[in-house]
Amino acid sequence: MKNKCYINGLGIVSAQNTKEDFLKEIIEYKDTTQVPALKQNYKEYIPPALIRRMGKAVKNGVVASSNAMKDAVVNEIDGIIVGTGIGSAKDSEKFLESMIQYNEEYLTPTPFIQSTHNTIAGQIALGIESKAYNFTYVQAANSFQSALLDGLMQIQSEDKENILVGGMEEIGSFTQGLYRLVGFYKKVEEGEHSIFQPKSSGGVQGEGGAFMILSNQKQASTYAECVDVEMKNHIEEGKLKDFTLNFLKRNGLSTQDIDAVILGNNGDVKYDHIYEEMSAILEKSTSLYFKHLFGDFYSSSSIATWIASNILKNQEIPETLYHPNSSKRNPRTIENILIFNQTRGRDYSLILLKNV
Amino acid sequence: MGIVSAIGMNVAETLSALKGNKHGISRVENIDTILKDKIYVGEIKKSNQELLDILRIKDPSNNFSRTTMLGAIAIQEAVEQAEIDVKNESSIGFINSTTVGGMDIIENYYFDFHDREDLQHYITIYDAGTNTNILSEYLGINGFVTTISTACSSAANAIMLGARMIENGRLDKVIVGGMDALCKFTMNGFNTLMILSDTLNQPFDDNRKGLNLGEGAAYLVLESEKSYKERGKKPIAYLSGYANANDAFHQTASSENGEGAFLAMKNAFELAKMSPSQVDYVNVHGTATPNNDLSEGRAMIELFGEGNIPKFSSTKPFTGHTLAAAASVEAVFSVLSLKHGLIYPNLNFSTKMKEFDLVPQLELEYANVSTILSNSFGFGGNCSSLIFEKA
Repeated sequence: MKNKCYINGLGIVSAQNTKEDFLKEIIEYKDTTQVPALKQNYKEYIPPALIRRMGKAVKNGVVASSNAMKDAVVNEIDGIIVGTGIGSAKDSEKFLESMIQYNEEYLTPTPFIQSTHNTIAGQIALGIESKAYNFTYVQAANSFQSALLDGLMQIQSEDKENILVGGMEEIGSFTQGLYRLVGFYKKVEEGEHSIFQPKSSGGVQGEGGAFMILSNQKQASTYAECVDVEMKNHIEEGKLKDFTLNFLKRNGLSTQDIDAVILGNNGDVKYDHIYEEMSAILEKSTSLYFKHLFGDFYSSSSIATWIASNILKNQEIPETLYHPNSSKRNPRTIENILIFNQTRGRDYSLILLKNV
Repeated sequence: MGIVSAIGMNVAETLSALKGNKHGISRVENIDTILKDKIYVGEIKKSNQELLDILRIKDPSNNFSRTTMLGAIAIQEAVEQAEIDVKNESSIGFINSTTVGGMDIIENYYFDFHDREDLQHYITIYDAGTNTNILSEYLGINGFVTTISTACSSAANAIMLGARMIENGRLDKVIVGGMDALCKFTMNGFNTLMILSDTLNQPFDDNRKGLNLGEGAAYLVLESEKSYKERGKKPIAYLSGYANANDAFHQTASSENGEGAFLAMKNAFELAKMSPSQVDYVNVHGTATPNNDLSEGRAMIELFGEGNIPKFSSTKPFTGHTLAAAASVEAVFSVLSLKHGLIYPNLNFSTKMKEFDLVPQLELEYANVSTILSNSFGFGGNCSSLIFEKA
């Protein structure tokens, strides 16, 4: 490994208002089965003719990436790497629905063009005229993690200076209904803290995502060091501890070095026990949660990475991230944060960030 | 390596079709579409049930899309050839790519799901990655698994990431490639873009009218030197260079001068520490759309120099354009070319393009081939180039 990998800039589009402060003023979501991202002022970022054509995930990707670049004060990047589990859900639905309803006649190309998964990364490249490396990962809950790992490897072992990495998702109207049918998302409202008292299958569906600039240079805007990312498609019962300890060991750490762990609890009655298991493995670490604020979606770990980066830079944990029944507060300097996620017992991941 | 496409269900059938100039382009037979008599495709003449039988999948509530079935058949051949027992190989990685995912199934039942409980299990395969997870579960791969979707360059990028994972010491063996079945969604999508030909596709021909879509899957097993030596195995070819660049010109069209294509090729040679003059054969992207071939031709002239272009051909007249699988299909062709000393013909060519003096390889040629450049470009400006060398 030649270089360290720093997170030098962040941009986010989410269900929370993140412009003024770091999760102090919270928008509470209760009695809902859907957590949409807040509407952005697209005119500031995108020419009007394009705003009409672009899907929500594409527009939000442009906004988040543009803010990340501004935050890191970079104009030129050596790569654009996007993770999106679903991509442009609405354009895919639109093309598919008219194809079926009109028996393959009267179709227009725009929704088809916009429906391809790599539209987000492609439009970001077009907007900033970047001819650099351009990749799109679509590995369900490990889409963003794949993008982060790719960027991390290129910063750590090649001569790349700045790489844009992000995750983005949008809610599709018809497919959301379908996903509820199979229990990926909740069918009925369950009150305020449904992620802490799982009653049914799936999570409360959210959307949005975060982008970041990975860099081989530390600068004034640096939030944290991204140390390592690990993905594992499936972990057999009882093997989560080995997986976690091996990862920490590889990075010269043990469980007591992890000050906080951000867990992906989404209130899924079938699978949230996996997070309880992780809490037990990291019993000395403070457990933090975020899907009650942002909803649950495939690339939501990009939001968790945004949170961890801010915690490390501000050395402050917003009250709303703690478990409502926990009185444990973190008194010391926060050095290492681990992010753990899985979805329905597949696509396990660990992300390790470090204070700089 | 393993492969299924319109010219064969495995490597041996594929090689014999390539040697015999036997293309796999026909009218659509398996799908009920209004485009049936309008377009030509590279279709695999096996029904979904026949594919399930090959895979010995009997459970009626299985979640295999046609795309995933093709993927499973090609991967099984690839790991058998590499003599790897995947189920007992905890460290093997899997980097897949697809654009269709489960769409070939979803498009048939989309509005019926609410009323048909027996079909609802298929809803889970709406996203691409879940199809990869179904393959991982079927094959018993539990380690590093991911999916790339960068349109027509997808599998090239899967191969590239595999190489990077090995170089970084994160994997020592990895299955890489892509899969896509024909479906109404993509056939109609490309039809709205008016880039589907109503004849057999004619890459680099002045009268080319567009592409023929195809279906298929192809996978390679990449392995570190240390790992194959420890296992006492010999490689069948080397991946010496790779690069990805973006044209940043238009969402679906390539720039006229092919800047992204040029950058991808140039950077691949830099990484391989090779000079373009070392190339014996270029397997071009050559989709036979007016736009791609012009752009790719210009990029080749810029890279190699006028009059110095190596022998080149597009093999898409054999298979059709298999989208996410195209680059791995052509990677398998490249490895076969290196192994058997073959330069494939660019079928259906008759008239040189007006814009430049480029004539592709017209006949099958037996020659000593040690270095191949393989190009794949796609929507979103994605351009990828791979360099393969003889083992």
